[in-house]
Amino acid sequence: MSTCKFQLSRRRFLTTTAAIAAASGSLAMPSVLRAAGAPVKLGVLHPVSGALSYSGTQGRLGATMAIEEINAAGGIKSLGGAKIDAVLGDARSTPEGGTAEVEKMNSDGVACIVGGYASNICLATTQAAARYDLPYVVDVGVADGIVTRGLKNTFRFGPGFGVIAKTALDNLVKINDAAGKVAKTVMIVHEDSLFGSGLAKLLNAQLPSKGFQVLETVSHPTPNRDFNTIVLKIKAQNPDIVIPADYYNEYVLLARTMLQQHVRPKAIYSVLGGAASSYKFVKEFPDAAKGIMDCNHWFNPHSDKALALKKKVEAKGQFFTYEVYLNYSCVGLVADALERAASADRAKITAALASSTWSGHIMPYGPTKFVNGQNEGAAPCNTQVQDNDIKVILPAEFANGKAIFPMKA
Amino acid sequence: MKAFTPIAVVVALFATVPLVVHSNVVLNFLVVALMIALAGQGWNILGGYGGQYSFGHAAFFGTGAYVTAILQVRYGVNAWVGFAIGIAAGALVGAIIGALTFRSGLRGSYFALVTLAFAEVLRISASVAPITGAGVGTLIKLDLRAQAFQFQSRAVFYWIILALVALSLAIAKLIERSRFGVWLVAVRENEDAAQALGIDVATVKSAAMVISGAITAAAGCFYAQYFLFVDSGIAYGTWISIEVLLTPIIGGVGTVFGPLFGAMVVKALGEGARLVTGDAPGLDLVVYGAVLILVIAFTPRGLIGGLAQARQWLMRRRGAEAHHG
Amino acid sequence: MCHPPLPASILVVLSPAIIIPAILNGLLTGAVYALVALGLTLVYGVLHIINFAHGALLTAAMFAAFFAYQFGIDPYVAIFLLAPAFFAVGYALQRLVIGPAAHGDDRNMLLVTLGIAVIIENALLYAFRADTRTIDVPYAFQSIDFGFTFVAVPRLVGFAAVFAVALVLWLIMTFTDTGKAIRAVAKEKVGAELAGIDVAHVYAVTFGLGTACVAIAACLLVPTYYVNPSAGNAFVLVAFTIVVLGGMGSVPGALIGGLVIGVVESLSSLFFGDSLGQVGIFLIFIAVLLVRPSGLFGARA
Repeated sequence: MSTCKFQLSRRRFLTTTAAIAAASGSLAMPSVLRAAGAPVKLGVLHPVSGALSYSGTQGRLGATMAIEEINAAGGIKSLGGAKIDAVLGDARSTPEGGTAEVEKMNSDGVACIVGGYASNICLATTQAAARYDLPYVVDVGVADGIVTRGLKNTFRFGPGFGVIAKTALDNLVKINDAAGKVAKTVMIVHEDSLFGSGLAKLLNAQLPSKGFQVLETVSHPTPNRDFNTIVLKIKAQNPDIVIPADYYNEYVLLARTMLQQHVRPKAIYSVLGGAASSYKFVKEFPDAAKGIMDCNHWFNPHSDKALALKKKVEAKGQFFTYEVYLNYSCVGLVADALERAASADRAKITAALASSTWSGHIMPYGPTKFVNGQNEGAAPCNTQVQDNDIKVILPAEFANGKAIFPMKA
Repeated sequence: MKAFTPIAVVVALFATVPLVVHSNVVLNFLVVALMIALAGQGWNILGGYGGQYSFGHAAFFGTGAYVTAILQVRYGVNAWVGFAIGIAAGALVGAIIGALTFRSGLRGSYFALVTLAFAEVLRISASVAPITGAGVGTLIKLDLRAQAFQFQSRAVFYWIILALVALSLAIAKLIERSRFGVWLVAVRENEDAAQALGIDVATVKSAAMVISGAITAAAGCFYAQYFLFVDSGIAYGTWISIEVLLTPIIGGVGTVFGPLFGAMVVKALGEGARLVTGDAPGLDLVVYGAVLILVIAFTPRGLIGGLAQARQWLMRRRGAEAHHG
Repeated sequence: MCHPPLPASILVVLSPAIIIPAILNGLLTGAVYALVALGLTLVYGVLHIINFAHGALLTAAMFAAFFAYQFGIDPYVAIFLLAPAFFAVGYALQRLVIGPAAHGDDRNMLLVTLGIAVIIENALLYAFRADTRTIDVPYAFQSIDFGFTFVAVPRLVGFAAVFAVALVLWLIMTFTDTGKAIRAVAKEKVGAELAGIDVAHVYAVTFGLGTACVAIAACLLVPTYYVNPSAGNAFVLVAFTIVVLGGMGSVPGALIGGLVIGVVESLSSLFFGDSLGQVGIFLIFIAVLLVRPSGLFGARA
């Protein structure tokens, strides 16, 4: 209770000081504000080493860029311009590694943690953070289990599996209907771990009720050496639509093999396709990427802030991948919560996050609304590779291109 | 009883740690290190004492982890009971693999390969079978009560894993002092001679594998309870097969304390390497590989063996000096 | 993960229009597997150890081929550069690291090669991160129309190259002094030593040859596959299976074993899906080890 009063009076002190300083309009103002706000520590946790290091590094890039921008713009105003101090952690691509980092960050006194990337890492790290009531914002990890455990500290800004699969299906129906229902048969190719299998299960359960016949569901391991047999099967079954759910490498191999074997269905429609909405893929294999559709995380193409960030990231020689802008947004979410909580107290931040209605982000989500830790506003976008670029084709309010369906053979 | 004093002393020392150290960072580190030590002791029984180098011990670790997790999540079995069944499952897998491989007379490289293959078969099966949740894995519900084998305090986990490690140390010592142990070492030193002497080599090796499997499976069960999530890569991945053999080899193959010592050293090395190299990906594993080669090159009986070697060398020198002096 | 009832997909798949390309596919893939297995079986036949560093060496060679391409050297041309280079690497590894460290103990040799594998893979991870790299050679997508299927040019080249390499190896083994020395050591090490053969040198040469094979395989793979620090691992477990199936130490065994495994993999993935197909390979592996460890062509273990 006494701490509470202390916080309140501190805030009042700071705002009074700020008001006086603003009134005097002196050049000394910035330094007074800076001196008043102790930095807030934010844990930035990603698998920067090990098998997931590419995604982890991209995630860390997005988070640190956001922190730099916030600090450059004056830090957290309600905390007297307090800067955000990034406490970087390496999850080593394993749940144990992630847990160890959470422990370290906790003893370092972080106010909140952002990141995790992989679902299995996030499951362990959010739990470890829950022991200390440490608020945790999951950046990517799509497994539904992340937000259904009743953990009060866990928040996920982006969409989960269930929402992504449902949106993908609804959009598939929309696109097909708009073209006169030309597609009826589907074949699913998926990798056999958490996200591939989970997705395949969902799709198999729901596609028939939407009027699609699933000819076959093919699973393969990651890594997979050769896709020729799978492509042969696709050739044999001749589905109207092929739905791949793969990580980047396998996706590229599959697409290249299909090109080699001259297999061109009416559409290649991916859900969380590893390469389907990747600038790297489009750049390196434009012929194989042409026309591929994806339902995946994407930024708001109409947002100037997003485009500015894209330029900045590409200027650094990196691709503008989903890990970057999702983490960028998550940090923004935490900064907004810090502003509203006007405190680095974990419980206050958790409460501020839970009541967040933040809409100053670069994602096509609308205002934030957390229910049981999941941002209900979050949704994926449908994209298509057109003219060596990736365009958003659905939802309509964020679209900057029209669906080309069916693809020309 | 006197023979068990070193074990009692070491365990007692370890047990006092949480009373003095309250940092969860350190406790977490120690819990994981002890878990690897337990798994390594399992390998040590078969590989260190028995000379059968398995490259697929993940088969046991993963079985323990999955059985515990699946029983709790799908069948509502009590966590402690599930733990016990998980250990039994590990023993069973050991019996099966042992029966298949040892009766066929497989040794050396062939044995290493076949254990690798078994682990891979299990991994792939686990990643497609519906009962394990296939690719999605199995998530144990967070339920911080003692009945559910979950604890708010890391210290309790620490004491539990320490108790298991203590048990494994005692088992190793018992084996060392028993006739079974003599047979096992005889098989290691010269299998054909042992056979000629009338030792039932296949049975001895199989028995070692059963014990080995049970101990490593216990570590797997503990992993499941501590991290509450298991998937096929975690359970049956090559990472655990490699860690499980690294620790006894580096610590002291065929000794009671080897795996414990090795686990502490390897994990500390890992942390140290990370401190020095920042988050350079993979560099700490390079250090592991280098240490493995150096240990084999210079102290093939592990660091404990190395200490013994050093002592012998010192005594010889002193003897030589006395001789010349 | 849920399959529609099996019969439907089997019927579709049983048509010759699918089975024949699948078999052809299996043969082409199997040839490259065979090349990877060749290096492994050579090393086993002479040194009597399973080289666990084989996969890591393959990965390293793939990176080398990738970087050669960055300098404008076509992968097929790079073969003539990388094969000798990696021969030297393999020679040095055996002569300077494995041999001395292992003190002649088989089990220790296994562990040392494992240690080398860990070092190479993680050094690559450290130096090049886990990003996937690919090269885009102009002929990567060119395919020849066989009527019932398209076959990519790189895979045909690979197929031919494997037989060429096997032929060269056979010539070396049969007609050169070194080759004869290798065969002598493989058959009877002590006798060879007594006859004046430098066994350490022969071991190192054999290891070098095995590594050179892997380098050639890497150059053949890089046009169609991708490169990252764990790329080699995907091939090495299959290589083990082939070595065991074909018989440890038998070159024709590795060739035929490779082709067989390639076809088995292709057909079983056709019927059971790739994931279960992988299990099939391992089950064959285990079965061969248990029932006939000497494989099809190997000497009795």
